Amino acid sequence: MSEGRRLASVAAPRLVSRGSAKSALPLGLTATFLSVVVGLPLAALIASAGHWNVVTSPECVAALKLTLAVAALAALANAVLGTLTAWVLVRDDFRGKSALNAVIDLPFALPTVVAGLLLLSFYGPQSPVGIHVAYTRTAIWFALLFVTLPFVVRTVQPVLIELDVEMEDAARSLGASRFTVFRRIVLPNILPGIFSGFTLAFARAVGEIGAIVLISGNLPYRTEVASVFIFNHLQSGDPSGAAAVAVCLLAISFTVLLVVGGVRRRATRHERDV
Amino acid sequence: MILSTKLMDNVDQKGSPMPRTARTLLCLLVAGLVCAAAASAATTLNLVAYSTPKPVLQKIIAAWQQTGQGEGVDFSQSYGPSTNQAKAVIAGQPADLVFLSTGDDVNQLVDAGLVDSKWDEQGYSGIAADTVVVFAVRDGNPKHIKSWADLIKPGVQVVTPNPFSSGSAKWNVLAAYLAQRHLGKTDAQATAYVQKLFQHVVSQDTSGSNATNTFLSGKGDVLITYESEAINARLQGENIQYVIPRQTMLIQLPIAVMKASANKNAANQFIQYVKSVPAQQLFAQYGFRPVNKTVAKEPSVVKEFPARPGIYTIDDKTIGGWRAADKRWFNPSGGLMEKIEQGVGGPTSG
Amino acid sequence: MSKYVLRGVAVFYLLAILLAPLGLVFYRTLAYDSHEAWQALTNHDTLHAFQITLIAAGIAVPLNTVFGIVCALAIVRGRFPGRGLLNAFVDLPLALSPVVVGAALFVLYGRTGWFGAWFLRHGIQILFALPAIVLATVFVSVPFVAREVVPTLRELGDDQEQAAHTLGASAWQTFWRITLPSIRWAVIYGVVLTTARCLGEYGAVAVVSGNIEGKTQTATLAVQDFYENLDHAGSYAISLALAAIAIVVLVLMTAIRPRESAA
Repeated sequence: MSEGRRLASVAAPRLVSRGSAKSALPLGLTATFLSVVVGLPLAALIASAGHWNVVTSPECVAALKLTLAVAALAALANAVLGTLTAWVLVRDDFRGKSALNAVIDLPFALPTVVAGLLLLSFYGPQSPVGIHVAYTRTAIWFALLFVTLPFVVRTVQPVLIELDVEMEDAARSLGASRFTVFRRIVLPNILPGIFSGFTLAFARAVGEIGAIVLISGNLPYRTEVASVFIFNHLQSGDPSGAAAVAVCLLAISFTVLLVVGGVRRRATRHERDV
Repeated sequence: MILSTKLMDNVDQKGSPMPRTARTLLCLLVAGLVCAAAASAATTLNLVAYSTPKPVLQKIIAAWQQTGQGEGVDFSQSYGPSTNQAKAVIAGQPADLVFLSTGDDVNQLVDAGLVDSKWDEQGYSGIAADTVVVFAVRDGNPKHIKSWADLIKPGVQVVTPNPFSSGSAKWNVLAAYLAQRHLGKTDAQATAYVQKLFQHVVSQDTSGSNATNTFLSGKGDVLITYESEAINARLQGENIQYVIPRQTMLIQLPIAVMKASANKNAANQFIQYVKSVPAQQLFAQYGFRPVNKTVAKEPSVVKEFPARPGIYTIDDKTIGGWRAADKRWFNPSGGLMEKIEQGVGGPTSG
Repeated sequence: MSKYVLRGVAVFYLLAILLAPLGLVFYRTLAYDSHEAWQALTNHDTLHAFQITLIAAGIAVPLNTVFGIVCALAIVRGRFPGRGLLNAFVDLPLALSPVVVGAALFVLYGRTGWFGAWFLRHGIQILFALPAIVLATVFVSVPFVAREVVPTLRELGDDQEQAAHTLGASAWQTFWRITLPSIRWAVIYGVVLTTARCLGEYGAVAVVSGNIEGKTQTATLAVQDFYENLDHAGSYAISLALAAIAIVVLVLMTAIRPRESAA
């Protein structure tokens, strides 16, 4: 609130000023808010991390491997199927398309506890369709597919809408096959979107617990994911070991977010150069 | 478009609209803080308890409020996994009295200086009610599960929660070990039994109640659980049967008052009521074994809660109390359970 | 031909992964005794739980909306080293397991935590009270508005803003008259996502709220509470209410989307 007033009073005299001052203020506000709301708890988390040997214990290594592998598989599957879905939603036209479009955001809108209950009753022993995969790694993958579905669709969709169809038509008229058109024209354009959707999906999947905890069975070395491992260590009186594992997961996610952010920026710059 | 013209109007009429947004934010924030602050009024007892006794505690509280002592005393109730609750109280959750699933969790509060170290010298050693470790089985007991040995027969699937996050799982592990020791096995044989048992475990949920839900949803042939939990599931209309093994563990559920409680008197009076005949009868109705001798001798109670040849406590010499058990079994780095989990699921089967 | 294959695959995927499980929840809830479910939903503690959830969302959403816009402006229009870092940092709450967020708040505001002792000495209860629930909710819902606004701002370019500037508009005027109207749909969509996340938060809140019935229990905690006590009818009923809210949110989003792409 006082920030608001400060913003107003500082903004007034800068009627003609340009350039760096313009970005200084939002930057300052952003930095302050982020450090109080996100930075402080993260700092506390990192400070409380000790017992690093927990990270290299065989059970933790198994949980980390499983988490990263299943998260990557889920993000990958959604990168492919999400792109396909986005394509259908933008280029195709059929009855009920807008309803389908609305449904995409369901995993964002649904509380994870509810998602967990729902997935358990769908894939569990009482499954009405006979898919009984609960308490296996496949179940974790299904749960993550559900949770991360919107990311790729929603990052690719706007790019596809913007994309000029004329270019594709031109290529087609010059004899390029459908596949060539897709590979040479469409894909390069939507690749940054797919990338950023993939990373967000991956990051989300790595930290997910609510949708998984009921359905995975949490068997150490087999179906225990990292977030459940962290939870167990928190419970059993080893918060500093739990924090150590959490910091590791965080570092992995952060690196992936950074790297892909970099790739995306380079891709867009490249596009501009051309 | 509509939205943007509105915003424009704001700009024209009042200059910068930011202060208005800011004021709204401020109001919301203040309202929130006031709500949080204006909680206390008359005598309110903050009760922090583990999850399963919620139905019975609510009945007992209502009954106490009908008596002269309890009249006008409000309760603020919090239920959750036992260890979780103890930790929350240590971190500052307001509490006048705690009702937890293991003496170990109360000891944590003693170590933090929040509960008097002589809590277990109160009536019935600070215990409010008992229960035992049982096997919940499918309708008609199709796998003929009667004893601990039946749990490790080929093809039997066992559901028990994770011993690192759930108090109920700790009881289960110790009961399995204890039963073997009293069947004449050596320490090494009994430990090997626990490992074999965990090879049959198909789900390790984070809490006892999650494990119950997993079993009720159709997973596994047998659920190792509290007798009280099995009876509660029945009372909730679930089709569940249970077997009390001949050797099992007595689960003692402690209740204690907080040192710094502002309502110590009321809290102590409530604890006394909890151990009195009317409250103990309610416990019995909801599946808990009463500690009050008068109630325990009632014929209906004797029938509902049959005796067994071997019901052992945590202080049995093969275990040596909670502190020793915690160190030997449940230390997350180097405890026996860590090794057992590794032996069961370890890299080989990965 | 291939068009139909693609359409078939997409529709099947969405049906199988998203719609079928949701439909099942409706079906299961309706199969329970409706009276029992209704009672679970309208009892005093449950209503209070919804109230707490709404208060937390009511504080977190405006806060994160303002922040998200400012942050997006800083990321897109600002020129300073480490923008990529800031961009990644904003997304972090998405990657963090909510339980860990709760644990971190414990370290900060617990009785022996960094600030906890000071607050307790001054009689201010942070953990196990509304402030902690709000802090946790704000944390987990930080990324959404910023993430929606950033691409829109980037696409927009700053030609119009420059023009307004040359014509003598102040930074404020430029923002309210030029920038905000152009990004409004992105902002609204972000607000809707933020709201959904706030209403649905479970893990972080579960750790810090103390789950005191009628006081600090939120709607999602009530779902868990009913489920743990084997009151599946109640649990599904509250889930259904939350899912219904989710569907209203979805409808709002669809109402918004076409205009966004038309704009």
